[in-house]
Amino acid sequence: MNRFKLGYGAAVVLLATLAAAAVTALVLKAIGASPVATYVTIFTGPLKDVFGLTEILVRAVPLILVALGISIAFRSGIINIGAEGQMLMGILAATGTALALPAWPRGALGGGLWAAIAGTLKARLGVNEILSTVMLNYIAAQFYTFFLRGPMIDPGELETGSGTPQSMRLPEAALLSRLIPGTRLHTGLLLALVLCVAVYCFLWRTTWGFRLRAAGAEAKAARYAGISVEGSLVAAMVLSGAFAGLAGAVEVSGVHHRAIENISSGYGFAGIVVALFGALHPAGIVPAAVFFGLLLVGADMTQRSAGVPANMILVLQGVLILTIVSAKMYLNNAYAQERAARWFARLRPRPAPAEAKPGGQP
Amino acid sequence: MSHSMVYNILSLGVPFSVALLLASLGEMFNQRAGVFNLGCEGIMCMGAFLGFLPPYFFKTGALAPYATLVGFAVAMAAGILLGLLFALVTVTFRAEQGIAGIGLQMFGWGVAGTLFRHFIGGVTGVPGVAAWAIPGLSRIPFLGGILFNHNPVVYLAFLLVPASWYVLFKTPWGLKVRAAGTEPRAADSMGINVNRVRYQALMVGGALAGLGGAYLSLCQAKMFADDLVAGRGFIAVALVYFGRWSPLGILGGALLFSLAQSLQLAIQVAGIKFPYEFAVMLPYVLVILVLSLARKARMRGPTHLGIPYNREMRY
Repeated sequence: MNRFKLGYGAAVVLLATLAAAAVTALVLKAIGASPVATYVTIFTGPLKDVFGLTEILVRAVPLILVALGISIAFRSGIINIGAEGQMLMGILAATGTALALPAWPRGALGGGLWAAIAGTLKARLGVNEILSTVMLNYIAAQFYTFFLRGPMIDPGELETGSGTPQSMRLPEAALLSRLIPGTRLHTGLLLALVLCVAVYCFLWRTTWGFRLRAAGAEAKAARYAGISVEGSLVAAMVLSGAFAGLAGAVEVSGVHHRAIENISSGYGFAGIVVALFGALHPAGIVPAAVFFGLLLVGADMTQRSAGVPANMILVLQGVLILTIVSAKMYLNNAYAQERAARWFARLRPRPAPAEAKPGGQP
Repeated sequence: MSHSMVYNILSLGVPFSVALLLASLGEMFNQRAGVFNLGCEGIMCMGAFLGFLPPYFFKTGALAPYATLVGFAVAMAAGILLGLLFALVTVTFRAEQGIAGIGLQMFGWGVAGTLFRHFIGGVTGVPGVAAWAIPGLSRIPFLGGILFNHNPVVYLAFLLVPASWYVLFKTPWGLKVRAAGTEPRAADSMGINVNRVRYQALMVGGALAGLGGAYLSLCQAKMFADDLVAGRGFIAVALVYFGRWSPLGILGGALLFSLAQSLQLAIQVAGIKFPYEFAVMLPYVLVILVLSLARKARMRGPTHLGIPYNREMRY
């Protein structure tokens, strides 16, 4: 990729982000908050001390894991909106089951099996996976509250009579150790980074990964080449769900140490934005996850300091999805690029880098 | 089951179906024109919230009697605007519709939630719309109370079923909509502006989804809460598949869901032991079942559903 292409891509993404920020600013204006002050708090507040910095990474860990899973699914041509539910099922499997396995694989198994429902329905019966995963989110949320209020509730809660719906504390052996004492940053971060490399290797350096991507890029051609498109849809969905379930298991064993209500706190949906923002590539997902970790921590801070509801982050995420998918038309469009290059060349007397250096890396 | 229980289930189920029916009819126009609008949920959230505002703010005063009417109008206007936004993203920018829909859902939900927390914050009721028994018809024993003793929006929604059938199948605009979703290239070569038709369909769909949302807050719940819509927008999208893209089928689907809901309420009222969470789960499970069984129906759907139209490309 030559320099012009890179700069062009960056400019389009930047414009999309600015457009999203502008729309969100309108909403902030409507509730009487100062958009500039709010954005300043969001972007600088968490950077002021070590705790804020580590909190960003604490949020980035589940975001990375969820986004990795989502990018596997998207690249394989199946859209997974169900990460939220898969995370909850992963948490249930990690805290509630007595399988002779550590918490991580149990969580991955839980999320993967939950996602397998949507994957199989898509492959066998052609059920729209977006609708089915959204529905499975609602169902998983109800399952989760049912288990937390009933079978899995901490017996201590029943004895004292407070009845807070939460599970028993996980055994000490199941907890992830803290990387920096006094903060919530845990070893799950290392796991997430290792898995980034693993996903890259899987998708771009193995035959299986190639099959998945081929089925996603052009199902007809893949089928002619003898790839089972249906099989790869299910496989991609299960893998995707496993990552979300893993995110849940890591979150519960690294941060909260027990299953509580509202534990997923929208990571499943934020993960979609992170995956899109990171161009569905592990190398993009890590910085995108850190960026959104910053946004989430910052939004909490503005809620506490300026009384701006943290829901506004949902607004920003929603608009970001809309602007990024809109910008895609310009990102992978040779005509639009050429037009921009010509326009760029007219601005500067020197020939644009795109024309100066033909035949760069394909 | 006693006679009065059946009566209660049926007479509750009919008004419950209205929000689904309105949103689903709107979504039918979207999908017939070839646009898969998952943002329906977000539009309903915005409609529910904005429709709730006028009666909330004008409880007394000269405007009070018209506040609910203004609420419906505001909700529809917001729906049209959000429909336009979705059209801009998916028709003009040709974005992937499924993901864009989730973006619109998050946007609508987030804006409604943020504004709600700032301006209102807690549970507050609105007067709602009084039932208007149709003279004569409502006196029919049994059926009269079930069908003809509701608020006017219920009748409007049911009248929209034949009306939208007429618009879709008997008017030139309906033909354009169906052409845009089935064979956009042919439509284009006949001089139909495919993108304009899709814009129009999305505006109609947005208005109906906004109205459906406002029905939830103004007539059904008579209050607003963050999770008031609770996936009904997504269910409405699924109902379009279930109803095979026809108004009558959609009506059947909406009634099926609303009767399931009122049956579940009746079970709870009757004190039958059943975990509450599983009762809430029921409609969502039903959606997945319905979609799994609607396999053959999909073959009759608009062939260009979900595919952006690009007149510069061959495909």
